[in-house]
Amino acid sequence: MSERQERHTIAVLVDNEPGVLARVIGLFSGRGYNIESLTVAAVDATGQLSRITVVTTGTPMVIEQIKAQLDRLVPVHRVVDLTAEGPHVEREMALIKVTGRGEARIESLRIADIFRARAVDSTTESFVFELTGSIEKIDAFIALMQPLGLTDICRTGVVAIARGPAAM
Amino acid sequence: MSESQQHDAERPMSGAEIIVRALIEQGVEVVFGYPGGAVLPIYDALFQQNSIRHILVRQEAGAVHAAEGYARSTGRPGVVLVTSGPGATNAVTGLTDALMDSIPIVCLTGQVATHMIGNDAFQEADTVGITRPCTKHNWLVKSTDDLARVVHEAFYVATHGRPGPVVIDLPKDVCINKGRYQAAGGVAHPSYRPRTKGDPARVAEAVELLAGAKRAIFYAGGGVINSGPQAAELLTELVRATGFPITNTLMGLGAYPASDPQFLGMLGMHGTYEANLAMHNCDVMVAVGARFDDRVTGRLDAFSPNSRKIHIDIDPSSINKNVPVAVPIVGDAGSVLQDMLTLWRQRGSQGDRAALAAWWQQIDGWRNRNCLAYRQDGKVIKPQHAIKRLYELTRARDAYFTTEVGQHQMWAAQYLKFERPNRWMTSGGLGTMGYGLPAAIGVQIAHPEALVVDVAGEASFLMNMQELATARQYRLPVKVFIVNNQWMGMVRQWQELLHGSRYSESYMDSLPDFVKLAESFGAVGLRADSVDQLDAVIAEMIATPNLVIADIRVEQRENCFPMIPSGRAHYEMILGDGASADTPDVTDAGLALV
Repeated sequence: MSERQERHTIAVLVDNEPGVLARVIGLFSGRGYNIESLTVAAVDATGQLSRITVVTTGTPMVIEQIKAQLDRLVPVHRVVDLTAEGPHVEREMALIKVTGRGEARIESLRIADIFRARAVDSTTESFVFELTGSIEKIDAFIALMQPLGLTDICRTGVVAIARGPAAM
Repeated sequence: MSESQQHDAERPMSGAEIIVRALIEQGVEVVFGYPGGAVLPIYDALFQQNSIRHILVRQEAGAVHAAEGYARSTGRPGVVLVTSGPGATNAVTGLTDALMDSIPIVCLTGQVATHMIGNDAFQEADTVGITRPCTKHNWLVKSTDDLARVVHEAFYVATHGRPGPVVIDLPKDVCINKGRYQAAGGVAHPSYRPRTKGDPARVAEAVELLAGAKRAIFYAGGGVINSGPQAAELLTELVRATGFPITNTLMGLGAYPASDPQFLGMLGMHGTYEANLAMHNCDVMVAVGARFDDRVTGRLDAFSPNSRKIHIDIDPSSINKNVPVAVPIVGDAGSVLQDMLTLWRQRGSQGDRAALAAWWQQIDGWRNRNCLAYRQDGKVIKPQHAIKRLYELTRARDAYFTTEVGQHQMWAAQYLKFERPNRWMTSGGLGTMGYGLPAAIGVQIAHPEALVVDVAGEASFLMNMQELATARQYRLPVKVFIVNNQWMGMVRQWQELLHGSRYSESYMDSLPDFVKLAESFGAVGLRADSVDQLDAVIAEMIATPNLVIADIRVEQRENCFPMIPSGRAHYEMILGDGASADTPDVTDAGLALV
């Protein structure tokens, strides 16, 4: 049996009903699967459907199980493994607070510019940066901000969608 | 829709009336339940009708097990009605049992009024939260107008795809308020559409694989039973057409006639030597409605190492869960077996007859070990002998058997022979002690004229013996056949074999006098202390038209063999005759596997 761990981004279309998120999360905790990130929001105009994006890791056999187990939940309409199905776009947003004065403060602004982060709040001794990108980009930004007075991080988790004209 | 029905549909009804009407429309004849504050409106509505019979159990776990017995023996969903809070939490064991064994149950639970939910009200529990992991699906109904739709959806979900238990949580005000009825015909579940027809390409691949096999085996489980009696017939036809051997899981007993020479008995931890060795040595395995449970596979990395596996299951998540398979077929067992049989016949293949003969020769060699042999010498009744005689003295009847959990359950699986599906009700996946008596009550309700026997251990029986009062109230002639060794026998066996004979808390001290206990419940109590009394007691038990407890005093230290010790492979079985000399050498990792 392969012990190779893979990271997969899975999109799940569910009925927007009470308890549906608890079912999905309960499935992951009850069966010992990992959740690296999870996002959910209603996605159709009438508010009947929600889309969950979950990033998980596991052996190929476990990933197959996760998809099959998700698919068998009664309120689940579709499960798509974006990682397995081809090219897709992944994005995450972060709000990052950096406090400090002097050269560090200037440097943080300079790096934010390079990353195309926006300062959405500023005082004489702090910035809040808004940054959108891949997980790796946000990780890199956070690492650079660490010595410059990083005090607070808030991340949305990953949202993802397949490239090309096909819809889920 | 007739005019009067149409009129009814428009007339506002109370929520409780809507629920009862929806149950009637779903064809429900029996509800197993226990009243309480939150469900009083529903009990009031039940009181005012004559279509549905209510069976009053004595504890809510008994209600779910009785509904399971009803469901397993009829193929129809079992229905349960319990109150909020403790009523619902007592039902949790039964719901989990039904989930593990894929039994269709619709359980209605009372709930405090909607405006009190979340306020720690009297007898409030977060029932949908508590039962979410132990049901196939559950609903909290917040509006009376939704009631009929949810009840119809619940029956659909419980009985379609892989069957399972569902819970409908019913706040008291929702049951009292007026609302509109909705007929079942107009209800389609928005998203739940399980696949029942197998992929034809995969089915063809499976038939090719089977045709080229030299040492194939069928391994069939509860999915065949759940698919319906026709699936069992199709399985029998296919197995006979191919000539290959078949073994059944604990849940699958009855899916293939046990008297047929191609039947190798049950497989797994306490399965037969020939079934397990045939599984280990086969080159093609056809798993039908079975899920490669750890009690079946033994050590996974040594499980049937040289076979190509075909797996037919209605639940895609059962496939490749424990064991990777070559040909996965998602579909209903009956439908896929029909397709395979048609294709096999079209092909006109006889397979490799010489290889088949050699395979049977090998299997007959294993069979000749006679792994279920036991020695009945002296006066003390051997438990195997008690169950074997029970079988022999009841075989002429179309009897139904339930069991509790433990040694007696495994002996029953070994020595009772089932020719038809739906005659065998046992707690397989969850292993719930106390299952057998209430399950037998459910079976007897469904089959009032039949002989229904709960093969019990004395320890398990004590767990739900309050249901004797239920059996008595409805004049149910259930037979409780207690294989009484005064121990939690399977616990004692494991302690002897794996924990240095340190019998920690497994002795059943202070047992009641079962004969007097029976009499106190208005039942007939019988006892057999020695082997010469056994047949007479069994005969009297069968002949008595009332509730009977037969206390069969058996050898206390008998172990259940064959046995695959935990963490071992199929070929590493301990057989009965070598048991005392051959103490298994089990590693800590094996011990942890249980």
